Amino acid sequence: MLSKTIKTILTISAVTFFLSACSTTSTPDSATGSSTDGSSGTSGSSATTDGSGKNSVNDGVVAPTATVFYFDFDSSVLRTDSRALLDAHAAALKASPRSVRLEGHADERGTREYNIALGERRAQAVRAYLVSRGVTSPIEVVSYGEESPAVDASNEYAWQQNRRVEIK
Amino acid sequence: MKKVMKFSIQVIVASFLFVSALSHAELTISITKGVDNPIVIGIVPFNYTGGGPLSENVAAIVSDDLERSGQFGPIAPENMLSYPSLPQDVVFRDWRLLGSEYLVIGDISPTASGYQLVYSLFDVVSQKTILFNQPIVVARDGLRDMAHHVSDKVYEAITGIRGAFSTEIIYVEHQKKARNYRLMRADMDGARPKVLVTSKQPLLSPSWSPDGQSVAYVSFESGRPAIYIQNLATGQREKMTNFKGLNSAPSWSPDGKKLALVLSKDGNPEIYTLDIATKRFTRVTKHFGIDTEPRWTADGKGIIFTSNRGGKPQIYSVVLADGYPQRLTFEGDYNARAQLTPDGKSIIMVHRRNKVFHIATQELATGTVRILTTETDLDESPSIAPNGASLIYATKRNGKGILASVSLDAGSKFALPSTSGDVREPSWSPYF
Repeated sequence: MLSKTIKTILTISAVTFFLSACSTTSTPDSATGSSTDGSSGTSGSSATTDGSGKNSVNDGVVAPTATVFYFDFDSSVLRTDSRALLDAHAAALKASPRSVRLEGHADERGTREYNIALGERRAQAVRAYLVSRGVTSPIEVVSYGEESPAVDASNEYAWQQNRRVEIK
Repeated sequence: MKKVMKFSIQVIVASFLFVSALSHAELTISITKGVDNPIVIGIVPFNYTGGGPLSENVAAIVSDDLERSGQFGPIAPENMLSYPSLPQDVVFRDWRLLGSEYLVIGDISPTASGYQLVYSLFDVVSQKTILFNQPIVVARDGLRDMAHHVSDKVYEAITGIRGAFSTEIIYVEHQKKARNYRLMRADMDGARPKVLVTSKQPLLSPSWSPDGQSVAYVSFESGRPAIYIQNLATGQREKMTNFKGLNSAPSWSPDGKKLALVLSKDGNPEIYTLDIATKRFTRVTKHFGIDTEPRWTADGKGIIFTSNRGGKPQIYSVVLADGYPQRLTFEGDYNARAQLTPDGKSIIMVHRRNKVFHIATQELATGTVRILTTETDLDESPSIAPNGASLIYATKRNGKGILASVSLDAGSKFALPSTSGDVREPSWSPYF
């Protein structure tokens, strides 16, 4: 599964940055404070503009300000549009290692215990990706399932905002 | 089966309004669907021989209990032609005129430390006494217990099914503004709520022990999930698991000696059993998919659980001795959090169809799935009554988490919205 992930990264890394530059998130301006849109946030972080992180592994590496990765319903597969941001975080963690906490979340649909498990899977997918990019920092995974929504509402927009992993 | 009395619907509404006006509970009852042909019953306001009014209208609580079961249509007191409280005062003709099939009367008197009720139940049609001058004594704060006791006895005498009106529920309340999570205990009608635990971090998955003395639940109070067992009488609690990763979905074995639970300490969510006395863990599932929401079979030899090993969440069963899981559900693309009915013949579960989450039952022998909740969506956390006649579940109404109940024949439904927060994850107690 991991090798498949890496393979996917290699094949799509070129388009990833393009995608992140023209993010298709429906209503990014209405996102609430703690959950800014992952893709658009990447380009806001000047030191880590490159998806691969290659030209930013130096003193100037700054952790991206966007810290949220989003997922599809009942899925823990990393989205292609998360890759650039993940790579930026990986680069920052490699440049200045620190303890990381990944908090996995789910939307309110479905059962609470299943969603707790799903949130953990999502956080583990993020961890596996970071490790695959050479991150050696200790990474803790905690899942809140649907208990801690970013947007407290019952609609498609809220559900999308809530299916996430936050890196802390 | 029974003749539909034209006035009975109005009668039901009237008596319900009367009852709810008296309720001071944080969970308030609203009946969202009654049945078409309930058994018509007269529950005469009980006479009180002491001075002043009682703090509770006992007969009204009985009436409310029986109405919520979906099988009874109580007659509103204002429509009654007479108000007998002693057997010798009953005139059957008064009740036949109202179409009443059964009649309950009672007489409450004060005792040194509380109250005594003497009540009787009559079959109006055959003019026979079913229960004659039955006594029940309660403490001063026990009038609701008195009422639920009468409801249990009347319900069982008429339907042959043991009543579950004296049981309770445990549920989670989220007070969003105060940012409090509270584990709550209340009567099954939502009355007399008590706080068991308050936390700033999520509380979830309460599960009532089979002896009714303890609750197992998950608390994030340390910033990570941990499973606790708490004694309900003393409040004393013990942390059972605190592993890295998930500590989730505790469920008591029928003998109360073990918990089935979910841990991801070995990499992904697996079901384990924990011997509570010896603290020994036994791993039940071994699969890279999500395995969660274990519930025991009645004999304690097997577990049913949710797994996405087939791609989508579905219900599986496993016999603990052989460990080989078998898939139980095939209809719908999301079936989760199943529980066996007390007779072991069916499961209740969360079932998604056309992108809407309902509570459904599936007969195990035939595989037939019936959706019980059609008016609501985002339904979850079903918990069945110990008599198997109805279940309580969590849903949303106007953006707020509420509890609701439905009879297993889906004939009657009622909602229990909270006045002080979002409520969810009800766990129905066993018989006490």
